[in-house]
Amino acid sequence: MSILVNKNTRVLTQGITGATGQLHTRACKEYGTQMVGGVVPGKGGTDFEGIPIFNTVEQARKATGANATVSYVPPPFAADAIVEAAAAGIELIVCITEGVPVLDMVKVKAYLAGTRSRLIGPNCPGIITPGECKIGIMPGYIHKPGDIGVVSRSGTLTYEAVYQLTQLGLGQSTCVGIGGDPIVGTSHIDALKLFNEDPQTRAVIVIGEIGGTAEEEAAQYIKQNFKKPVVAFIAGQTAPKGRRMGHAGAIISGGSGTAADKIAALKAAGISVAMSPAELGMTMKQVLEGKTAHQ
Amino acid sequence: MNIHEFQAKQILGRFGAPVPKGQPASTPDEAADAFRALGQQRAVVKAQIHAGGRGKAGGVKLLSSGQEAKDFAAQLLGKTLVTHQTGPQGRLVRRVYVEEASEVARELYLGMLVDRKAGMVSVIASTEGGMDIEEVAAKTPEKIITEPLDPLLGVSPFLGRKIAFALDLKDRQVNQFAALLGSIYRAFLETDASLVEINPLVVTKDGRVLCLDAKMSFDDNGLFRHPDIRELRDPNEEDPDETEAAKYDLSYVHLDGNIGCMVNGAGLAMATMDIVKVYGAEPANFLDVGGGANTEKVAAAFRILLSDQRVKGVLINIFGGIMRCDVLAQGVVEAAKQVNLKVPLVVRMEGTNVEQGKKILAESGIKVIPASDMADAARRITQAIKA
Repeated sequence: MSILVNKNTRVLTQGITGATGQLHTRACKEYGTQMVGGVVPGKGGTDFEGIPIFNTVEQARKATGANATVSYVPPPFAADAIVEAAAAGIELIVCITEGVPVLDMVKVKAYLAGTRSRLIGPNCPGIITPGECKIGIMPGYIHKPGDIGVVSRSGTLTYEAVYQLTQLGLGQSTCVGIGGDPIVGTSHIDALKLFNEDPQTRAVIVIGEIGGTAEEEAAQYIKQNFKKPVVAFIAGQTAPKGRRMGHAGAIISGGSGTAADKIAALKAAGISVAMSPAELGMTMKQVLEGKTAHQ
Repeated sequence: MNIHEFQAKQILGRFGAPVPKGQPASTPDEAADAFRALGQQRAVVKAQIHAGGRGKAGGVKLLSSGQEAKDFAAQLLGKTLVTHQTGPQGRLVRRVYVEEASEVARELYLGMLVDRKAGMVSVIASTEGGMDIEEVAAKTPEKIITEPLDPLLGVSPFLGRKIAFALDLKDRQVNQFAALLGSIYRAFLETDASLVEINPLVVTKDGRVLCLDAKMSFDDNGLFRHPDIRELRDPNEEDPDETEAAKYDLSYVHLDGNIGCMVNGAGLAMATMDIVKVYGAEPANFLDVGGGANTEKVAAAFRILLSDQRVKGVLINIFGGIMRCDVLAQGVVEAAKQVNLKVPLVVRMEGTNVEQGKKILAESGIKVIPASDMADAARRITQAIKA
């Protein structure tokens, strides 16, 4: 078991002929993911290294039985690619693209609410169930099959956490990078709900960063509903107020969304918070061995 | 991206929002001319910088002649204005805005922004205008009205009325306000704004609703479809290093410490700053080289880092996903040769093509202190700068 993706997931790449699409479609296929098709308008009928290319997601879905897509489509067209996948009935849409205008995401989010599609991202590394299915840009080799769930707003910081876990012999059930943008398809809470119901997942690492109140809301949810141990880290403890740190998500404004606020909320919910990013894996190990109190 | 008040008013005015008449001026003489062009008894001269709190800092004055406007403009132009939002270094005033004076009966607050929690654009309004809205929200949260706008409906007339009544507006002001809200929402959507703030929104003594101040910020990710707005970028209001970094599509933020940091990914970059602090030093910057960095971009990042004279050591922390470690290493080697590296350099690499990356660094002849993990990297760089 795992959440959202496994060895049976059949994946399309939207934007398969771009440099990024090619590189990562190849890497995902090598990892063992069933990459069953690509979508590039106007290039239907051709193929990428044996993977058939279609003009539309609808055609690709009908021909391949795909139930997931990953999109590397450039920002001006990224929202349209998500909507196209949802309109074709794709269940899981992973949008890797960085730089999607936020007002495009307002519309996409409203549209998706009326469909049965789930979006992960945009501006995210993707999702991986180690040993079974890798959808996205994360380096596969740092992962190890196991029972720790990982959910994170940050890409490379997720790799860091996963790497530490693997080094300590702690494998992962599924790792979800939900993306750092202000409006994303799947929130921390959405992912936590899935981990809560997944019998294979024994404990979860939640990685947040400054800006917004998503981590505070997740803390509230964990306190009330979550049955498994949680370890958290919040990036940006040293970030100055009012400055945008790299992507649209990471900004502290008006005294809300500070690392201190988030850490306090997480601790109040009984969550073990790693104060240094180098201690994420070790904190989880200690929690699992019962060395750190967990309510 | 931020713009000046007068530019925000021009944009909002184009979409039909009521704004006072005015004209920008870059010299005292232009200010005098602008005063006379308004053809009124009195006018307000306002310093144009990208920061609030200008009134309290002495950057806004009501004046009654062209000569007074000229004198006040002469006082402001070329001087540094320090407000509670500029930091102690203040901002250089390069322009003033000369605007018709308004007789104010009431001051309200109106804001519009992308609301992460709602996943929509939300309106924020308050009867407590002309004050620091964050302070109002903290002390008297009941005085803040928040209404998310359904993207399908936009500003429904009932919603405009609802907010207007909550702001205690009367008679024809209610419909004026609803129309104004519609104008602001259209401007917001059509310019890919991320924030519009009217503080204060005033009711004049003759009963009109008017945008007395205006602030607009834009979503950088949306600028590609608005070349006209991109042109309003004022490099004088930005940190020169940050502007230089933006040319290479790097995110750079100047900080006060002495450890230069170069990292891929915003989260990891912030976490790297955090761990530098855990080991007792302070980061000199936030620098995210992004996912798809090429050699040229990495080299530019390295040069920008080292142009900061306070940097006593450099920490590179890369976890390659899209970013390949060999590309990073190549960029560092090229840049280090160009800039004649004199400070200690600690490199921690992991991820895609890490072995090739390590090999390139090892064979380059550059003095690199390798680190095995993040903590090791932070420890080594803090030790190295003390040595």
